[in-house]
Amino acid sequence: MPLPACWCGRLRAESRRPRIKNAGIQEKGLRISAGEKKLKNEHKIRAKFRALSDGAATGLAVLATILVVAPLVAIFAYLVYKGANSLSWAFFTEVPRPVGVVGGGMANAILGSSILLAVGSLIGVPVGISGGIFLAEFGRGTKLAHAVRFTADVLNGVPSIVMGIAIYSLIVVPQGHFSAFSGGVALGIMMIPTVCRTTEEMLLMVPNAVREAALALGVPNWRSVLAITVKTASPGIITGCMLAFARVAGETAPLIFTAFGNVGWNTRLDEPISALPLQIYVYALSPYDDWHRLAWAGALVLIVLIVLAVSLVRYVTSRGVLKGAS
Amino acid sequence: MQEIRLKKLEFQTDPAFENGVSNAEAVSPDAAQVRNYLLSRGNSAISDGGFRWLMVLCALSIFGIVVLIATELMVRSKLAWGQFGLDFFYKAFIDTYSHKPMYWDPVNGHFSALPFLYGTLVSSFLALLLAVPLAIGVAVFLTEMCPNVLRAPLAFLTELLAAIPSVIYGLWAVFVLVPLLREHLNPWLIKGFGWTGFFGDDNPTGLGFLAAGIILAIMILPIISSLTREVMTAVPNSQREAVLALGATRWEMIRMGVLRNARIGIVGAVILGLGRALGETMAVTMVIGNSPEISRSLLANGSSMASVIANEFAEASSDLHLSALMELGLALFIVTIIVNAFARLLVWAVTRGEPASTH
Amino acid sequence: MGVGIEVTTLNAWYGSNHALQDINLNIPANHATALIGPSGCGKSTFVRCLNRMHETNPVARVTGTVRIGDLDIYKDCNPVEIRRRVGMVFQRPNPFPTMSIYDNVAAGLKLNGYSNRRVLDEIVERSLKNSALWDEVKDDLKKKSGASLSGGQQQRLCIARALAVDPEVLLMDEPASALDPVSTAKIEDLIFQLKAQYTIVIVTHNMQQAARVAGKTGFFLNGRMVEFDATDKIFTNPSDKRTEDYITGRFG
Repeated sequence: MPLPACWCGRLRAESRRPRIKNAGIQEKGLRISAGEKKLKNEHKIRAKFRALSDGAATGLAVLATILVVAPLVAIFAYLVYKGANSLSWAFFTEVPRPVGVVGGGMANAILGSSILLAVGSLIGVPVGISGGIFLAEFGRGTKLAHAVRFTADVLNGVPSIVMGIAIYSLIVVPQGHFSAFSGGVALGIMMIPTVCRTTEEMLLMVPNAVREAALALGVPNWRSVLAITVKTASPGIITGCMLAFARVAGETAPLIFTAFGNVGWNTRLDEPISALPLQIYVYALSPYDDWHRLAWAGALVLIVLIVLAVSLVRYVTSRGVLKGAS
Repeated sequence: MQEIRLKKLEFQTDPAFENGVSNAEAVSPDAAQVRNYLLSRGNSAISDGGFRWLMVLCALSIFGIVVLIATELMVRSKLAWGQFGLDFFYKAFIDTYSHKPMYWDPVNGHFSALPFLYGTLVSSFLALLLAVPLAIGVAVFLTEMCPNVLRAPLAFLTELLAAIPSVIYGLWAVFVLVPLLREHLNPWLIKGFGWTGFFGDDNPTGLGFLAAGIILAIMILPIISSLTREVMTAVPNSQREAVLALGATRWEMIRMGVLRNARIGIVGAVILGLGRALGETMAVTMVIGNSPEISRSLLANGSSMASVIANEFAEASSDLHLSALMELGLALFIVTIIVNAFARLLVWAVTRGEPASTH
Repeated sequence: MGVGIEVTTLNAWYGSNHALQDINLNIPANHATALIGPSGCGKSTFVRCLNRMHETNPVARVTGTVRIGDLDIYKDCNPVEIRRRVGMVFQRPNPFPTMSIYDNVAAGLKLNGYSNRRVLDEIVERSLKNSALWDEVKDDLKKKSGASLSGGQQQRLCIARALAVDPEVLLMDEPASALDPVSTAKIEDLIFQLKAQYTIVIVTHNMQQAARVAGKTGFFLNGRMVEFDATDKIFTNPSDKRTEDYITGRFG
C-alpha cells in the first residue's frame, strides 16, 4: 500500500537532511521556549518530591508497624517477667489467704473459670452450631437468614458490661443471689455469635456434591446434615468453638454482677464463684503488693492459655481445614 | 446418511452375556433382605421436620436473646426515665450553694449522664486519633510493602494484640502506663502544651482521659488494622496495575489505586473500632480515674458510661441510682448497635459488593 | 430385579425457566436406556426428576406423573423413600471425604440405621465386586479414605455405594464424562453387566457410548423428547430429522 502524500513528503525531507549527531536535538533545543524550560525544571523538582514522598511514606509505614509491635512486645515481656517471678506451685493449688497474710494462690479462680466456661460452652456451642446449621443448610438466601445474621452481629457488638447488667436483671434478681450459673449463661450468650458465624462459614465450604451424594442415597435430611455435612466441616467448626472459648475466657465485665467472685472454694452452680480475670481485676486495684504479685501471675496464666488457643486455631486453619473435602 | 457402526465390546459376543445376564453370586438371606429393610424404614418426614424446626428455633433464640436484653434494660430504666426524661442526657442539676453543676449525686437523687457521655466520647475519640494513623500505617505496610517472609508473623502478632483480654491491658496500664505518664509524659505535656488548656496540672496521679485514650488506642488498633487489610486486599490488582502503568511511584499507587478505592471500607473499619472503644470497660475503668466530672484537661480524672456502671452497680444505693445506671447501659447498648451496624454496612459494601470503581 | 418407569406429561421448571416440556416416556425394566442430546437440553433435569433430586433446588417445580413400578413417586411417597429405591451416580465422583472406603460403600445402609456387621461386610464385598473395584481395594477397605482413590476408582466407588442399597433403578448422569478412556471402558463394561439386575438410565452426550451399552435411546432437544426408540434404529434410521442432524454431528 502506498504511503499517503504527506508522509512521503516528510520522509523524503528527513532523508535529505545531513546526518549530523545531535543535530535533531540541537534543532529542537532552538525551538524550546522559556515556558517549556520552566516546565522541564518543574518536572525535575516534582520527580524529586515524588521520590521523597514515596520514601517518607514507606518510612512512616515502617515506623507505624514498629510502634504497634513495640507495645505488644513490651506488654508480653513485662507480663512474662512479672508473672514468672510470682508463679509458684502454690499459685495453682491454694486459695487466697486473708488480707495481709503472705502467700496463697488462685486455685479457686482457675476452677471457677473452668466451671463458668463449661456452663457457657454447654449453652453457647449447641445454640451457636444449630444457628450456623440453620443459616447454611435451611435458610440460605432467605430473609430470615439475613435477619439472623444481622442479629448475631448485634449480639456480638453488645458491650460485655451491658450483657452483665442484663443477665443480672434477668437471672440474679429473680434468684435473689449471685451465682455461677448466671455467670455461665452470660459467657455462653457471648459465645453464640462467634460459633454461629464460623459454623456457617465452614458449612458453606462443604461442596454441594457431597450433600447431593448423601441425599441421593435416601439418607434422611437430618442424618445427612449431621453425619455428613457437619462431620466434613467439623475441624473448622471446632476451631470456631475454640476461638469463641478463648475470647470469653478473658472476659471480666459480664462476671462482675453475675458470678460476683468468691474468696473461697466453690463448686456449686447456685453460689457466687471466682474467675481468673475477675480475680485479677480485684487484686490489681487492691493496695496490697502481695495481691499485685498474684494478679501478675494470674495474668500470665491467662495469657498463655489464650495465646495457645489462638495459635492452635491459626495453625489448624492455615493447614487447610477441610482436608479432602474439595 | 452415514451409518454409525455399533462396535461390540468383547464380552458382548460371549453367549453368557447375550441378554446381559451376569453371574451374580449367591447371597445370604440377610443381604437379600436389605431391600425390604430399607423399604420398611418409612419416611423421615417427622424427624426431618423436627430437626429443621429445632435449627430454626435455635436461630430464632438469637433474636429472643437480643430482644430479652433490650426489654430488660428498658424495663429497669423506666424509673429513671420517668424521673428525668430526656434531660438525663443533656441537662445537669446546678448545686444551689456552689453554683457548680452537680452531675451525679446518689445522695440527693440527682443523676445526669453528661460526664459519662463526655468521658466516653473523649476517651474514644482520643483513642481513634492515636490508633487510626498507626493502624492504617500498619495495614499499608503489611499489605503493600512488607517482604513476604515477614508478613505472616507480623500479621499474627498484630492479631495477638486483639486476643489479649481487657483486664490484662488494664493491669499493664495501671502498673506500667500510668507511672510512665505520671513521671515522664504528663509533666512534659504540661510544660510544653499547658497553655492550650488541654493539659492541666491539678491531677498528679497519671490517671485520667489521656491514660484511658492511650490504652484504648492500643486495644482498638488490631481491629482497625485487620479490617483495613481486608478491604485493601479486596481491591483488585488491576487497579494497582493501572496506576503503576501511568508511571506512579509506589506510594502514589497505594494512595490512588488502593486507598482511594478502599476508603469506604476503611471508614467502616474505623467506625467499628469506635464501636469497640465505646463499649470497652475493664481497662478504661482501671485508668480513667472514676470521677464524674467534666474537665477540659485531658489529664484530669473522668469517667465513662461503662466504667461508672462497673464501679457503682454492685453498690447502688437506691432504686433510682440503679435505674439511672441501667439507663446508661441502655444508651450504651443502643449507641453501639447503631455504630456497629453502620460500620458493618460500610465494610460489607466494599468487600462483598462490587468495588467502587470499574475493573 | 429392576422395574420399569412410566413418565407421563412431565414438566419441570427452574424458577421461570421451563426446562422440561411434556415428556412422555416408558423406560423398560432390566434394560439400559440411554438419553442423549446437546448440552442444556434437559436430560440431566429429567433424570433428576426420576429420583426427586430436582426438587432439592429451592426454585424448582415439577408437574406430571412418574410411575416407578406401580408407585407414583410424586404422590404416593416421600422423596427419601424413593431415593432408596432409585440410586444415582453423578457426573463427578463424590465419595464422602471423611469416610473410609468401607464406610463409603456402607453409607447408604449405616446412615439408615442398619448395623449388622456381618451382613454389612458381605454387602460391601458384593457391591465392590459388582463395580469391579474389589480387587484393587480389598486390603485397604477401612484404612484408606474414599477421597484418596483415583478418579476412575472413585467413580466405581460411587457406583458400589449406589449398588449397596440394592435399588431397583440406577440413574447415571454422565458417569464417565470426567474420566480417562480406560476407566470409561471399565465403567461401560459394568453397566452392561449390571443391567441384568437393575433398570439403568444413563445420560450421556457421547453417542458411541449410548450405542455401546443401551438397548433403547431417547433423544432430547430443548426440553422436549424428540424420539425414543431402539438404539439400533436411532443410530441407523432415525424417524425425526432433528435426531438425524444431531447424530450426524450437524449440531451439538
